[in-house]
Amino acid sequence: MSTYAQKKGFGATVWDYLTTVDHKKIAVLYLIAGGFFFVVGGLEAMFIRIQLAVPNSDFVSAGLYNQILTMHGTTMIFLAAMPLLFGFMNAIMPLQIGARDVAFPFINALGFWLFFFGGVFLNLSWFLGGAPDAGWTSYASLSLASEGHGIDFYLLGLQISGAGTLMGGINFLVTIINMRAPGMTYMRMPLFTWTTFVASALILFAFPPLTVGIFLLMFDRLFGSNFFVTAAGGNTIIWEHLFWIFGHPEVYILVLPAFGIFSEIIPVFSRKRLFGYSSMVFATVLIGFLGFMVWAHHMFTVGLGPIANAIFAVATMAIAVPTGIKIFNWLFTMWGGSIKFTTPMHYAVAFIPSFLMGGVTGVMLASAAADYQYHDTYFVVAHFHYVIVGGVVFAILAGTTFYWPKMFGTMLNETLGKITFWLFFIGFHLTFFIQHFLGLWGMPRRIFTFLEGQGLETGNFVSTVGAFFMAAATVVLVINIIITTVKNERVGNDPWGDGRTLEWAIPSPPPFYNFKQLPLVRGLDPLWIEKMEGKKGMTPAEPLGDIHMPNASFIPFVISFGLFVAAFGAMYRLDYGWGLPVLIIGLAITFGSMFLRSVKDDHGFHIHKEELIDEDDNKGVKA
Amino acid sequence: MHAEEKMTLEKWPASPEKQTLEAKNKFLGFWLFLGGETVLFASLFATYLALKDKVPGPDHALAKDLFEIPLAFLMTMLLLTSSITSVYAMYHMKNFEFKKMQLWLGITVALGLAFLGCEIYEFYHYVHHYGHTFTSSAFGSAFYTLVGFHGAHVVFGLAWIITLMVRNAKRGLSLYNAPKFYVASLYWHFIDVVWVFIFSVVYLMGMVG
Repeated sequence: MSTYAQKKGFGATVWDYLTTVDHKKIAVLYLIAGGFFFVVGGLEAMFIRIQLAVPNSDFVSAGLYNQILTMHGTTMIFLAAMPLLFGFMNAIMPLQIGARDVAFPFINALGFWLFFFGGVFLNLSWFLGGAPDAGWTSYASLSLASEGHGIDFYLLGLQISGAGTLMGGINFLVTIINMRAPGMTYMRMPLFTWTTFVASALILFAFPPLTVGIFLLMFDRLFGSNFFVTAAGGNTIIWEHLFWIFGHPEVYILVLPAFGIFSEIIPVFSRKRLFGYSSMVFATVLIGFLGFMVWAHHMFTVGLGPIANAIFAVATMAIAVPTGIKIFNWLFTMWGGSIKFTTPMHYAVAFIPSFLMGGVTGVMLASAAADYQYHDTYFVVAHFHYVIVGGVVFAILAGTTFYWPKMFGTMLNETLGKITFWLFFIGFHLTFFIQHFLGLWGMPRRIFTFLEGQGLETGNFVSTVGAFFMAAATVVLVINIIITTVKNERVGNDPWGDGRTLEWAIPSPPPFYNFKQLPLVRGLDPLWIEKMEGKKGMTPAEPLGDIHMPNASFIPFVISFGLFVAAFGAMYRLDYGWGLPVLIIGLAITFGSMFLRSVKDDHGFHIHKEELIDEDDNKGVKA
Repeated sequence: MHAEEKMTLEKWPASPEKQTLEAKNKFLGFWLFLGGETVLFASLFATYLALKDKVPGPDHALAKDLFEIPLAFLMTMLLLTSSITSVYAMYHMKNFEFKKMQLWLGITVALGLAFLGCEIYEFYHYVHHYGHTFTSSAFGSAFYTLVGFHGAHVVFGLAWIITLMVRNAKRGLSLYNAPKFYVASLYWHFIDVVWVFIFSVVYLMGMVG
């Protein structure tokens, strides 16, 4: 596949990626787009920390600060963390279960392009009159009062990208249920597949409430409805409920795949089977289940009453139990193992105490009575950055290093990788540890500046210094990626040497049909089992035969582009005469291309047995 | 079995909607999608219940002033009947009787259109006789959003079924299009189930206060 790709011109490669339905290429698209938005969100974080480095700073104005703060949160959650994790899910999960593609390759591509156009739309707000400024939670009371179109960019952009995420979730669920290789029972699935499964189920049930919430707010702002207008009988608390019914499961949508990545890395580099596999699966499912019962802990100070607060407080604390099970299992996996301290393993080892600290402050915040003190202070900021950066971002960085050879066929430099790790690890704790105390000393969250002489100077300065460490780490990572790509030293099937699961049994990067013959899975860690019996690779479960593959299509791009156009029309409908026609044209593009997709038969194509045999001889593949 | 294969009654399997891997995926994926749709409507119902009768002043119409059982009952009957007719259509699909399937799908579409006509009349009536509009109050916003979302689903479902009927009119049933007909009928059943809840929660509960 790679030799074939190199022969193509630049234009052909671009067209290939615009029309691809191959899960591995879509993964690369997710990684590029998510990586880009990660850098954008990171720059916004740097502006925040520069502004707060010293008291009475005027680096940015108060209004601009609100926009930067809002966009930092929104970008990092919706446009960086989730797409990057989706990238790994796309790249690795089908390989782990021995599938040739995902269940809905077309919808997979559609999901990516919807996310991409939604993200671009949201970020165009910077150039078209100002970004959203009501915080990433966009509480209705604030966002209805926000002037200009910033909030409309938020609503329409997230609506489009959210639809893409929902499709991705359904796609992964069906893939895992229907497309496992012979012998790959549920209780033999790798933990990353399990966490993808549970996170996808959470997406399926958590995103519709967000969709509804966004619709209601959009109707209020653009179409004159009164859901959140108190004077007309509306109620702003409805937004808070809908947002957090989505928002809390969202935290687990992010962190469960992160757990999954670490559950892959730790056994590989401890050279030991994951301790307590079934309890890990059980804990994952339980966290997913409990994740839906705790949303009101974000609303303790709203005034829902002591009974509601008590119930949600207890439910929240209960999540500490399955999470604790996981922490102990990771520790016991390492215990007595023959540990190799590679870069991914550095992140895994650092993740455990870092994430644990976020968990401990989580239990503190879950105590409803005490939460009245912490609420809306930097203590909360410190808490969620400890879980999201210490959990999710560590996992993304670890996963990038760990899966890079499988995705691109070449290893990232280990020395530079470890420099990235140390810079990031030190910078992370330097930035956020002190913020616990800033919060306890009374610094409210979301303020754009603070006064001298209130004891907040040192803490804020330390925090800003830490942020620069993390920025430096990201720069080193980018340099590493460039150097690695230029050198392009090819690696074999199992570059880490101790791969346990199916993805390490096939070439890096895999051929576009993944498995020439579907493998026979004989237990947990199937490749490890074969290795222990002295075999080189997996035993095939079927004779060599024709392989059915889906056709590439440009329609996903066009469907998403139509919604992108329609969003502009919806937003400017009240300001300009061209708004309504543009809205109609955009929807016509979208529904027209959906109609085209529906009436045009698409049977895919077959790779013939002979071509697969030829490929063994001359190592060239026809796409 | 290949999806493109020309079919005869003898070769037609018992569950034509899930013979190929693509069909199985479509079948399961659509059920999951309906799970997500359920949560979507649950959110809309919750919003409606929170905002029911929440109006800015005493001159605004409330649920008990607006709703009339005869019309809502008629709409319920139309939609429930269309559910049965779509079951007949699927029964004939499973027996490889394409013409009969098309006939019953046609009846389903006709009933759906009649329902839609009633709904348009109903909305028109509320707007012109009671001043109950999308923008007049939070109650109005919540009512038209919940019932309107359902109405939009009906429109989409009708467009879907008509497209399928026209597209396949000349070529009959195959293992490629059987799952398409099947999931469209699933969608139609889902729309009916949502309406049963709208009838109970919006109209019946609206009458008793």
